[in-house]
Amino acid sequence: MSWQRKVLRVDLTKGTCETEDLNMEWATQFLGERGLATKYLWENVDPSVDAMSPENVLIFATGPLTGTMASTSGRYAVVTKGPLTGAIACSNSGGKFGAELKYAGYDLLIIHGRSEKPVYLHIEDDEVEIVPADDIWGTTVWHTEEWLKAHHQNPQMKVASIGVAGEKGVRYACIVNDLHRAAGRSGVGAVMGSKNLKAVAVRGTQGVTVDDPEAFMDVVRTTHERMSGHRGRKELTEFGTNAMIDVMQNFGGLPTRNFQAVQFDGVDKINPAAMVTPNEHGHVNLLTNKACFGCTIACGRIAHIDEEHFTIVNRKEYIHASGGLEYETAYAFGPLVGIDDIDALTYAAFLTNEHGYDPISFGGTLAAAMELFEMGVITEEDTDGIALNFGNAEALTVMAEKTGKAEGFGEILGLGSNRMCEKYGHPELAMTVKGQEFAGYDSRALQGMGLGYATSNRGACHLKHDVFGPDMEDQTGKGKAEPCKDSQDFVAMLDSTGLCLFSAGAGMKPGHFTELVRTACGGDWDDDRLTQTGERVWNLERMFNLKAGLTRADDDLPARLKEVPAPSGTAKGKVSDIDMMIPEYYEYRGWTPDGEPTTQTLQRLGLND
Amino acid sequence: MHKALLIDPAKCTSCLQCEMACSFENEGVFNPAKSRIKIFEFEHGARAIPYTCTQCAEAWCLHACPVEALTRNPDTNAVEVSNDICVGCKVCTIACPFGTVNYNKSSGKVIKCDLCGGDPACAKACPTDAITYVDADWTGYERMQASAVSGHGRPA
Amino acid sequence: MDYVVIGTGPAGVVAAETLRRSDPGGKIKMIGDEPEAPYSRMALPYLLAEDIAEDGTHLRHGSGHFKSLGIDVVQDRVASVSGADGKLSLESGGALGFDRLLIAAGSHAIRPPVPGMDLDGVENCWTLADARRIAAATKPGSRVVLMGAGFIGCIVLEALAARKVELTIVEMEDRMVPRMMNATGGDMIKRWCEGKGVSVLTSTQVESVEKAGDALKVSFKGGEGMDVDLVVCAAGVRPNIAFLEGSGIECGTGVLVDNMLATNVDGIYAAGDIAEGPELITGKKEIHAIQPTASEHGRIAARNMSGYPTHYRGSLSMNVLNTLGLISSSFGQWMGVDGGEETEVADAGRFKYLKLAFRDDVIVGALALGLTQHVGVIRGLIQTGTRLGPWKDRLMQDPHRVMEAYLVRTQGSSYGY
Repeated sequence: MSWQRKVLRVDLTKGTCETEDLNMEWATQFLGERGLATKYLWENVDPSVDAMSPENVLIFATGPLTGTMASTSGRYAVVTKGPLTGAIACSNSGGKFGAELKYAGYDLLIIHGRSEKPVYLHIEDDEVEIVPADDIWGTTVWHTEEWLKAHHQNPQMKVASIGVAGEKGVRYACIVNDLHRAAGRSGVGAVMGSKNLKAVAVRGTQGVTVDDPEAFMDVVRTTHERMSGHRGRKELTEFGTNAMIDVMQNFGGLPTRNFQAVQFDGVDKINPAAMVTPNEHGHVNLLTNKACFGCTIACGRIAHIDEEHFTIVNRKEYIHASGGLEYETAYAFGPLVGIDDIDALTYAAFLTNEHGYDPISFGGTLAAAMELFEMGVITEEDTDGIALNFGNAEALTVMAEKTGKAEGFGEILGLGSNRMCEKYGHPELAMTVKGQEFAGYDSRALQGMGLGYATSNRGACHLKHDVFGPDMEDQTGKGKAEPCKDSQDFVAMLDSTGLCLFSAGAGMKPGHFTELVRTACGGDWDDDRLTQTGERVWNLERMFNLKAGLTRADDDLPARLKEVPAPSGTAKGKVSDIDMMIPEYYEYRGWTPDGEPTTQTLQRLGLND
Repeated sequence: MHKALLIDPAKCTSCLQCEMACSFENEGVFNPAKSRIKIFEFEHGARAIPYTCTQCAEAWCLHACPVEALTRNPDTNAVEVSNDICVGCKVCTIACPFGTVNYNKSSGKVIKCDLCGGDPACAKACPTDAITYVDADWTGYERMQASAVSGHGRPA
Repeated sequence: MDYVVIGTGPAGVVAAETLRRSDPGGKIKMIGDEPEAPYSRMALPYLLAEDIAEDGTHLRHGSGHFKSLGIDVVQDRVASVSGADGKLSLESGGALGFDRLLIAAGSHAIRPPVPGMDLDGVENCWTLADARRIAAATKPGSRVVLMGAGFIGCIVLEALAARKVELTIVEMEDRMVPRMMNATGGDMIKRWCEGKGVSVLTSTQVESVEKAGDALKVSFKGGEGMDVDLVVCAAGVRPNIAFLEGSGIECGTGVLVDNMLATNVDGIYAAGDIAEGPELITGKKEIHAIQPTASEHGRIAARNMSGYPTHYRGSLSMNVLNTLGLISSSFGQWMGVDGGEETEVADAGRFKYLKLAFRDDVIVGALALGLTQHVGVIRGLIQTGTRLGPWKDRLMQDPHRVMEAYLVRTQGSSYGY
């Protein structure tokens, strides 16, 4: 079977590294990655602990399909209690780190405690050591990765690390692996920093086997072929996720200037067409596309910045290629802050990767700060002399660096929208759910998305459900509870396999996941059991949040989305129907009107012990 | 006519399907560390080069073998390792100037690309045709070099 | 054309086969003095370790290989060569004429001038016959002293360890494999071997070997002695040039050859362990008693002998060694060259080490421990003299990026370097 059946448990307080057998009973209930890590978190952490305390636990988890030939098999999840939201944080990433961790022989890596001094974890198969990180603490993700490979004489090593943002507790710091892939959201990097853990460096040579190789390879061939000809796959390959920016612009669901508008005039300068059009110097932003481990889509964008652009004209070290604009980055550094300078956006994207923090939350926080600035609540005295006007590209790039280094006003931005807006007395400007900033879809135009945001266990997030179809067809809140809940459960299952969510949009069908899991894991997996696994994961996350002190009141959207109508686009005049959708959703979930899973629901899911 | 692997780095997305297919075909396990073909990535992923034995005419490995464990398969033109004969001395691994013969610790022998006996798994697994198995006169060194330096892969 | 090849090792065999391809009608005689099918000394340790049977050491498999090529293999010893008139005499009596002669007579194991080295129970490990005697004399638990921790000593070490003997290895110099490794690498190998239960005595000389009942008493200079069941001597080898005295063929330590692998006497060539020829980097004449050089020498000498002038740029010293699971390799001028630069990265705890030596922006030598993947590319970079340009600085920072340096420098990059 395709689990490695081994857990690596590291206690940074005690300085110990121990392996233990994977709890196979839990594995058959929660599969792997997101689900299994949630179960381990539940069993290891009191949900009421401070996220940044040594009592919190940080879990890196691969899935049973991670490292196999199934397309998009490179995912791993980081699960912990989140410092941005106080809720469960579950952030997954691609690149090549996850498969490497699995090849080293581990399904899960569980980090306890806090090291007295900065350290990193070095794993070569069954050799594991905690190493002082004096040489890399305070340096960037990019430097850390290069240094570790050179120091350990292992160019094949894969690294997941934090930048200064994570070290200094930027609330939405992320964990970056393979230079520009990230467990990006909810501040998992800040938790890593709070443990004084700079990096996990891993080399694995043990491989992964599956339960029924012949049958598994049959499914692999079928799905590869299907994806090869699939329109969704082709579009992701050709345009990347940023294709969405044109869709949202046309639809009128593109959050602009801190959600004051839903369409943005400058879209043509930062959309996929702009990425391949030469500028006045003949410079083309996009170099090529790139795949994560095992992925036959390759949606990743590799870009570079015009050498004459103001951002790097005096910083030659940035004349190179790196991860370019994905949709969320383009949205958060573009419309959300009113900027249409593609090189500035790309540069800021480089900085977020290099320093290790979430571009969505940063863009959201900066947008709120810009609104505060334009209202006159904060001035250049607060912002280190930078005019934080919407549309100011320099403000974006300067603040991106300051936030990465937690310097000056960057330290304030590093608090996230809620804490910052609270500090300046305008909590209503924070466009968040549970303290986490929105992705690039406006809840007034996409009602089901709004429900997904409000109920997502990690705070506002676009990746934990998929209601696009119903949302584009019907712009009311009616009938959204069902597709929202069903897709949440489906995604929770998918996130627990080790595959990427995009596989589902690129040609893989629900039955394919079942076939892959069954042939890889062995056992009597069918569609229903997998769906129920997803529902079990969702409900356990919910239970964690309830125990952490979250309530029904946290399943809500900001007043701006509920009270201020969309000013343009297909949803012109509409507000979010969230108050109508929530009760329906709770009922459909089998939860009480207060949003707590009923005893029957827990029993049905085997969560009642 | 013999066929050969034609590598077009401009098309490589670095997905490593080839490495998994190779290790699965040869070792029965998904394990890039045991793959005979290797993707090297540069410049934050802007370039990726699939790299394996070209079955070169000089066959430095074959000539360096002290026990004739390396022989050329007349059907495929591949230089193959006979595990029964290989003593594991590793001289071929330092003699091959391309670095494409590697020691395999678990078997105590060396491994190299043998074109899977004429049906290479890497080429079948490659989703972008960066690796294809074609008539040998298409794989001349100049052609390979020309395609290698012709610029960046365009997404397609 | 009459060709005579003296020696049936790799150089001789490759030469004879190449001669046959180049000159299908020529007469080829190959003379060897051992009563065996042509075999590889390199494979003997694996025989001793019982990884292979005797036929596994053979250079060519299948009966009748040489016969089918029309190569006449003669078991005899050459007593003398007369270069001027193209004749040689055989120890069995009789003489042979030749149009072209290849001297590939190899080398022999030497024993240091220590009392008792002629006793029963003191063996070399150089020939198939030696290996048979060592195999017969050892069983698990046998006490063995191995004299010499050079390259050959270390392969023998591996084989003896596989026979589960109680092993002590003695080396005069201050480290293991002193001609293949610097102190950093040699010390790591020593510590590794000690960790695997082998006693390693460096900077130690054997003073005498004496009979002590059924055992042999080995005494060390300035130290205690020890009783053992067997002494294996791997104290070095010397080219077999004694029979060339008076031949008119110019010799140094070995037979001196030029870039065509020709000696000073027309029509006479030398190849393999016996040939003292140009080194690739420095051009100085050196003996490289290694398999790849033997094979290259054999091939190029044969091309020249059969009328296809082929220039040889010189041999590159390279070795790869497995000491009880720790794999090390060395290439070329690893000790560095005048005016060149060097870089190294060492992790003593994990037994990993890589050193590169440069002249300008070209790699001229390297040492590696624990490196088994793509290691041959170091040879490629040295052999082709690839100019590294900006990649030299990258390699100075991280020498393990050699494979990438090679690929970028031969296939181009996005940014023109």
